Amino acid sequence: MTSEPFGDLIERCRAAEDDLVRRWRADVAASLRGRISEVELDKELRDLLDAVLSAVGSSQGGDTKSPAYGEVRALLVDLSRARALQGFSPSETAINVFTLKRAVREVVGAGAEFQPFSDVIDDLGLFTFETYARAREEVIAQQAEQLLELATPVVKLWPGVVALPLVGTLDSARAQVVMEKLLQTLVDTGSEYAIIDITGVPAVDTQVAQHLLKTIVAARLMGAECIISGIRPQIAQTIVALGIEFGDIATKATLADALMLALGRIGVDVAAEMSKRGL
Amino acid sequence: MERLPILKIGSMLLVSIQVDLRDDMVIALQEDLADRIVETGARGVVIDITALDIVDSFTGRMLATVAALSRILDAETVVVGMRPAVAITLVELGLSLDGIKTALNVERGMRLLSLGGAAT
Repeated sequence: MTSEPFGDLIERCRAAEDDLVRRWRADVAASLRGRISEVELDKELRDLLDAVLSAVGSSQGGDTKSPAYGEVRALLVDLSRARALQGFSPSETAINVFTLKRAVREVVGAGAEFQPFSDVIDDLGLFTFETYARAREEVIAQQAEQLLELATPVVKLWPGVVALPLVGTLDSARAQVVMEKLLQTLVDTGSEYAIIDITGVPAVDTQVAQHLLKTIVAARLMGAECIISGIRPQIAQTIVALGIEFGDIATKATLADALMLALGRIGVDVAAEMSKRGL
Repeated sequence: MERLPILKIGSMLLVSIQVDLRDDMVIALQEDLADRIVETGARGVVIDITALDIVDSFTGRMLATVAALSRILDAETVVVGMRPAVAITLVELGLSLDGIKTALNVERGMRLLSLGGAAT
């Protein structure tokens, strides 16, 4: 199949390329409201138009999945990813492609050969939108991962005592991260006591308790003891109502109590330590 | 067959596992350890698994068996240096090694034994 269905559309577009880009740019710029410079936009659209015209003019014609469209697709991927990362909305991104139709119709004129060309642009528009959505999803996944890392700090309270203040809901994925991070910290710092503070955990259900228990058993296997602190009255009631058994695991109402317990078990005399350091 | 060395330190025995464990080595270790405890009259056994990065249920059971065996021979067992990944695996396997003492490293393990009156 040759470029027959497009007739002399390509030649006419080539001849009016400058006008076409100007008309197209005007449409796109209106929707972007000056968030991308004219020069930058001009270059983007000119490259894209050039690639589209070459692809449409090639032997494969209207099949946008053919190798002839490789360059067009690459340009569209770059464009939609950039737009997605810059925070443009889906329609602001898709309009980049769709407004080309209007530009061609107004500048070159719409004959019988316009319909197949329009179909090609529709396909490319859909492709742009798909790439945009994928780029957005990647951003979201990345942020979720960062949040996971951010939300689990392990702090050293005393030589040999670390605390893990948990903030936010504890789901399986997060519990896994928390567990690994805590255990690794125990190894790295050689701490024998870990205090898990759940003041910031909005709700404790059987699943959360299960995760906590697993973490504590794993820490014990490594030779460290865990203390749970920050149990709010409502949480205590839930724990009892659900029949969760913490067994011989020490639980304290506040972080202060838990620290005191840990220091007591290590046998630290705080006042003596302070005078030793000249405080 | 490769055998794991058992070192005597004071009244304790130290087994440091530095290679990938095979089942026959584990069985040989159990036999050797029992012999050595009787021979030396050791009161404590420290098993260092710092270098162990893969465990299966067999290894987990071996630790429990060794501990039970030493207890019968009046020696206490401390497992030291377990890696986080190993600990997580054992928990997921449902092996919590109840009744086995654990410590973060060899030094702490030996101190734990001496506090328990096993040393000297």
